[in-house]
Amino acid sequence: MKTKKETDNNQRREHEMKKFLTSTVAVSALALMLGMTSARTEDAVDPNAKQGGAITITYKDDVATLDPAIGYDWQNWSMIKSLFDGLMDYEPGTTNLRPDLAESYEIAPDGKTFTFKLRHGVKFHNGREMTADDVKYSLDRVTNPKTQSPGSGFFGSIKGYDDVAAGKAEGPAGVTVVDPYTIKFELTRPDATFLHVMAINFSHVVPKEEVEKYGADFGKHPVGTGAFKLAEWTLGQRVVFERNPDYWHKGLPHLDKISFEIGQEPIVALLRLQKGEIDIPGDGIPPAKFQEVMADPEQKARVVEGGQLHTGYITMNTTMAPFDNVKVRQAVNMAINKDRIVQLINNRAVPANQPLPPSMPGYDKEFKGYPYDVAKAKALLAEAGHPDGFDTQLFAMNTDPNPRIAQAIQQDLAAVGIKASIQSLAQANVIAAGGDKAGAPMIWSGGMAWIADFPDPSNFYGPILGCAGAVPGGWNWSWYCNKDLDAKAAEADSIVDPAKSGGRAKMWSAIYGKVMEDAPWAPVFNEQRFTMKSARMGGADNLYVDPVHIPINYDNVYVTDVQ
Amino acid sequence: MIAYLGRRVIQSVLILLGVSLITFALLYLLPADPVRQIAGRSATPETVESIRRQLGLDQPFVIQYWHYLVSLLSGDLGRSYIQRSEVTELIVSRLPASLLLMVGAILCELAIGLTMGLLAAVRRGTATDQALMVASFVGVSAPQFVVGLLLLYVFAVRLGWFPIGGYGSWRHLVLPSLTMGILGAGWYARMMRSSMIDVLRQDYMRTARAKGLARGAIIFRHALPNAILPVIAMIGIDIGIFMGGIVVVESVFGWPGIGQLAWQAIQRVDIPIIMGVTLVSAFAIVLGNLLADTVAPFIDPRIKLR
Repeated sequence: MKTKKETDNNQRREHEMKKFLTSTVAVSALALMLGMTSARTEDAVDPNAKQGGAITITYKDDVATLDPAIGYDWQNWSMIKSLFDGLMDYEPGTTNLRPDLAESYEIAPDGKTFTFKLRHGVKFHNGREMTADDVKYSLDRVTNPKTQSPGSGFFGSIKGYDDVAAGKAEGPAGVTVVDPYTIKFELTRPDATFLHVMAINFSHVVPKEEVEKYGADFGKHPVGTGAFKLAEWTLGQRVVFERNPDYWHKGLPHLDKISFEIGQEPIVALLRLQKGEIDIPGDGIPPAKFQEVMADPEQKARVVEGGQLHTGYITMNTTMAPFDNVKVRQAVNMAINKDRIVQLINNRAVPANQPLPPSMPGYDKEFKGYPYDVAKAKALLAEAGHPDGFDTQLFAMNTDPNPRIAQAIQQDLAAVGIKASIQSLAQANVIAAGGDKAGAPMIWSGGMAWIADFPDPSNFYGPILGCAGAVPGGWNWSWYCNKDLDAKAAEADSIVDPAKSGGRAKMWSAIYGKVMEDAPWAPVFNEQRFTMKSARMGGADNLYVDPVHIPINYDNVYVTDVQ
Repeated sequence: MIAYLGRRVIQSVLILLGVSLITFALLYLLPADPVRQIAGRSATPETVESIRRQLGLDQPFVIQYWHYLVSLLSGDLGRSYIQRSEVTELIVSRLPASLLLMVGAILCELAIGLTMGLLAAVRRGTATDQALMVASFVGVSAPQFVVGLLLLYVFAVRLGWFPIGGYGSWRHLVLPSLTMGILGAGWYARMMRSSMIDVLRQDYMRTARAKGLARGAIIFRHALPNAILPVIAMIGIDIGIFMGGIVVVESVFGWPGIGQLAWQAIQRVDIPIIMGVTLVSAFAIVLGNLLADTVAPFIDPRIKLR
């Protein structure tokens, strides 16, 4: 369904909003019926939303860059999403994929060719219309090693990617402009995650003329097609976004202006929020103040809690004795009192029993995992030939709360006879030790833990549990490599048909179930997100804990005190 | 005089070279691999190596340091790995804020410190003297992080006299200047006290008293100008303490100066920025000391340049 007449649209909006939940289901059902083709229906616009107004958001750190090919921290991630658009996106507040700059897409039966039809009349902030050439240019740019994009690896399945990475081609040969409104991607293998890749910031569309004008400083002068455009950037002080009046998605954004005030410590931000000077403390509620805020009903009412695509875990180096024995690894899993650790961080998390977080497709609700059972852990250790335990090392990052969590793990291990000395180090040192095969027997992942780039179960496997990550400098700190599971993972990821996504998720659940049998990790908890907002902020709660827009979905929130 | 200055300038340049070499070496030895930081966790080994080559980080230490020095001579402090912008630009954009805070802090410390020192000297040996000296000791020892948050809480949150952090008007400047000033004021109070006591002991003071001058006239017209000069000459040396303080104070108050830039860069292990801010701070300290030493003999004829 493409753009309709305004009047028609307005009449439908209210109806659509009332049926917001059911319509989401309907879209999925529609996708099922269409099989391999999917077209976009307009997102319902909140009928209560008020137009206009400005909000203030604070951050401690300066904004690194607003270049979608470069930006890769949780602060600029959603800022970039509001300045730029990609072919795909997610329904606001959910992990449901839908076309964005694309109007529809088609997947060839072999799962290796994706063809996107672009929306007509989408304009960059400089007034020029966006076409398929811009999409191709943006992908050529992000994959070119000269751009030094931290996200270029996501495009590895596009035909010709290797030539670009090796500097032998200007862009991947598999990307073809069919006509100004059609673009085709040929892949080397069927890739079920490709639609997600088309939704991540690295594939957002940039205008060539502006990139060439600003060169390496494009990140300070971003020009995209997004809901907002950059109005001001004073280094170290503030970044201001203003509404893009020509935004192709009619009715969005609701806000006229967003000011990001930079350099504010979280504790100062909270004080300012309490005085009504700001609307969102971007760095969240400072841990030291968390209990105080939650104990005050008036403040607690303005805190929105939600899941995060995050898992905190303990890795055990499966190539180092005694962790090369699966019984020892299982014993560690049973020795950890996860509830106590969750309490230690003021219940800002939920205990985990598997690698995937609960809000991720493929999470197995029925999976029981290893129970907390000291006696059984001891028995397993005895069976493994360590009735009196053993000495080992636990690496952890040296910023709060990680040393405290490491100590709790240390005590739990001591209770079953494992004497672990804590190596509390700077983040870079822990990452370096994990990427060295003989570096670290055990690592508590806190502060470095995996947060998914996109909501797909495969995102928790390859780099951190698959053989590909078990290389020097890699992120698979358990050095766990199960060729059989690697093959199963490849099989699951070759199922590109959206109609079979349920089956694919089940395959992934089974893979993670097998991983847990081998127990290279002891999953500990999944962090929850707590976003605090001012009383005047409006919009559904899930916009404030949006899984892909952190801290909030800037395009869809509004303020209630205008007009 | 010229020879002295020439020698001091050469010394200063050597000090700066030493600082750059030590910082460069320390940061080189850090296990944080900037290339991996840039390349991200999804990068292939080839991409990592290609970026390493582009940045010249595959070169041996000496060559890397040499390249750094050469570009330094043309005022180029390199490019931030994380912010992806020129370090010179980042520092220059933040210098005015730090300089403004420095002026505010110096005014605060002089106003508070000199008054305290003067009072203590005049009331020497009394309870006032002791109370003031204890207060100056507290001022010197109190952590700036705590002082800053305390001032913020009392005067901005509770009383609402000043904004809660930020930058822009004179009202924003008061609390951070005061936080920085309290530390310096402690030192100045002690120096002013002893300098004043010294002057009050002089023969010409006795003469002034003997010829029946009013107490106020003696202190403010005859003693103060003599006592204050050697104290003021210390401002140059103060810059060192100041450079250490801005990292904390600017972070607490959200003051967009180079101290805050340094703090953010340290947390993100953004090596080119850490290098740049360290060098600029070292330069300021060296310059401050040089000025203090050069100006001293003009203020106090007992000091000679050698």
